[in-house]
Amino acid sequence: MKKIFALVLALMLAMGACSAFAEDAIIIGISGPLTGPYAMYGLGVVHGAEIAIEEVNALGGIQFALTYEDDEGDPEKAVNAYNKMLDDGAALMASTVTSGACAAVAAEAYNDRVFMLTPSASSPTVTEDRDNVFQVCFTDPGQGAASAQYIVENKLASKVAVIYNNGLDYSTGIYQTFSEKAAELGLEIVSVTTFSSDDNADFSVQLTEAKNAGADLVFLPIYYTPASMILKQAKGMDFAPIFFGVDGMDGILSIEGFDTSLAEGVYLLTAFSADAADEKTQSFVKKYVDLYGEIPNQFAADAYDAIYALYEACNAAGVTAEIANEMDGFVPVCEMLIPIMTEITVEGITGTMSWQATGEVTKTPTAVIIENGAYVGAK
Amino acid sequence: MITFLSHVIKGVNLGSVYAVIALGYTMVYGIAKMLNFAHGDVIMVGAYVAFCIMYYLGINPVIGIFGAVIACTILGMLIERLAYKPLRQATSLAVLITAIGMSYFLQNMAQLIWTSNPKSFPSILPDSPIVLYENGAQQLTMTPINILTIVSCIVIMIALTLFISKTKIGKAMRCVSEDKGAAELMGINVNLTISITFAIGSALAAIAGVLLCSSGYANLSPTTGSMPGIKAFTAAVFGGIGSIPGAMLGGILLGLIEILGKAYVSNELADAFVFAVLIVVLLVKPTGLLGKKVHEKV
Repeated sequence: MKKIFALVLALMLAMGACSAFAEDAIIIGISGPLTGPYAMYGLGVVHGAEIAIEEVNALGGIQFALTYEDDEGDPEKAVNAYNKMLDDGAALMASTVTSGACAAVAAEAYNDRVFMLTPSASSPTVTEDRDNVFQVCFTDPGQGAASAQYIVENKLASKVAVIYNNGLDYSTGIYQTFSEKAAELGLEIVSVTTFSSDDNADFSVQLTEAKNAGADLVFLPIYYTPASMILKQAKGMDFAPIFFGVDGMDGILSIEGFDTSLAEGVYLLTAFSADAADEKTQSFVKKYVDLYGEIPNQFAADAYDAIYALYEACNAAGVTAEIANEMDGFVPVCEMLIPIMTEITVEGITGTMSWQATGEVTKTPTAVIIENGAYVGAK
Repeated sequence: MITFLSHVIKGVNLGSVYAVIALGYTMVYGIAKMLNFAHGDVIMVGAYVAFCIMYYLGINPVIGIFGAVIACTILGMLIERLAYKPLRQATSLAVLITAIGMSYFLQNMAQLIWTSNPKSFPSILPDSPIVLYENGAQQLTMTPINILTIVSCIVIMIALTLFISKTKIGKAMRCVSEDKGAAELMGINVNLTISITFAIGSALAAIAGVLLCSSGYANLSPTTGSMPGIKAFTAAVFGGIGSIPGAMLGGILLGLIEILGKAYVSNELADAFVFAVLIVVLLVKPTGLLGKKVHEKV
């Protein structure tokens, strides 16, 4: 009796160890914040990837399967999630979602030889000196310079104030290139103030300084949670400049309880606008709304493009499920994909993308403006 | 000058919130001789309850605040009954650890119920400022919620002082505070008195939670209460823990120091500044600004 019991247990163990996924699919891993203050980013990425994978699989060629983990945007948890996904048979990563976590995972992946294409981790530290990591989104420096350029070209303002989080690489990185580009283009920065944590809640001092300096535009290279408080407190001070954010501002309209009229007229630099007229975007947005009940943000779009980019790259490099699902199959997959990434060009919903060997993407930035509680393409 | 005054208004506003929270710390310490570190998290629960009533049910803010006060009163008494009462005879360290455990318990419960996605607290009053004084381009303004916060802080303090000094329950509280054993011998129900203290402290926490989030000083998340809670505790110690006017004074001074420190000294060091003040005060005057030194009779 005992023997039979032991046998059953052993069988169950053996079955548990088998991958839960189909043998003929390449497993893509994504880790991102699915809970916590940045949950909107992680959920957007997972949802966007799910839609793209379904579409890609329907084409009948290479089959993809998705495994994802919650890392709460925390580097340590992200490394654990990454290891767990490798154990689950992931052959490549379409992650990590946030920059700090991604840099930690990328260091591991570089040594393990795992290919990574991050949809949204925008810090240059993610790709620096690592041949196996590529980005779908703009880098932070790219966003800063592009924002300054956009403001000057569209004559949005002559006096600019900046409020940024100096405890965050993401925010500091964007600010630096923004100020360099602004100096180059003759855009006057009249006030620069900082805060040190996203838990920080009082912005009256920063806003007062910006207001007294006569700023007609406030540049906010920060995440949407503090941005929502800045907008609310600015209203309470009767301070109504143009607020200009970058991709971290994306998601502000989905905060529960947020009075969206406060965000009216806020600009954000992003590569994706959900109301774009092209067929691909329209069909993606429609599917997303049907499945998840909300308008996709830029993160979802980046993830959607990341899956298509992986699809193109796998096709071009001849990566198959057989190679990917071998023992340590991620190593050959990685070596096959690295040289091909700089050669492919992908037409995505966030623009036409090509990659440099550094891992950085090349595409054109656009801006959206918030009107009547929705993102609308600005010119 | 106008900029300075507007910083002062913000400071007094933030300080008033700290003061209301500090009242809860100080009362519980004064009467039960324990530090209730879960107090900050009661604020958070109060804010969530008000948020649910106002946002999900779409009911008037006044009812939202009322509901939060009732929920927190019950919660405060429950915490006292379940977690602290069995430890009445235990060492103060055991009670302190229990309070910290309760704090984490409340945070994690909140995360389970409301998830950790931050929520933006709806304004209970219009956001637009009222102009107090105008001089060319510069304006001295105050939002309706600023006024409400400061006024309610003063009202609460006066009401509480009257309650403690004039009513029978207040008298019982003072007795328990002075000598628990003797109070019991005189026929005062010590357990009931401590329960009522917790009830009042928690009701104040609910009001503080709504004021804090509504002023736009915090987005609502399970950890919303922790930092203001710690700062209010600092304020209570600063003013002299156990003293009601002390909590008020400590709270307002702390709010002022925080905002003015941020504006004129260093933005990043504002929090460090607040705690440095605590250290200095404790070095110079260990009982706090208005605290009384109690001589132990041998």
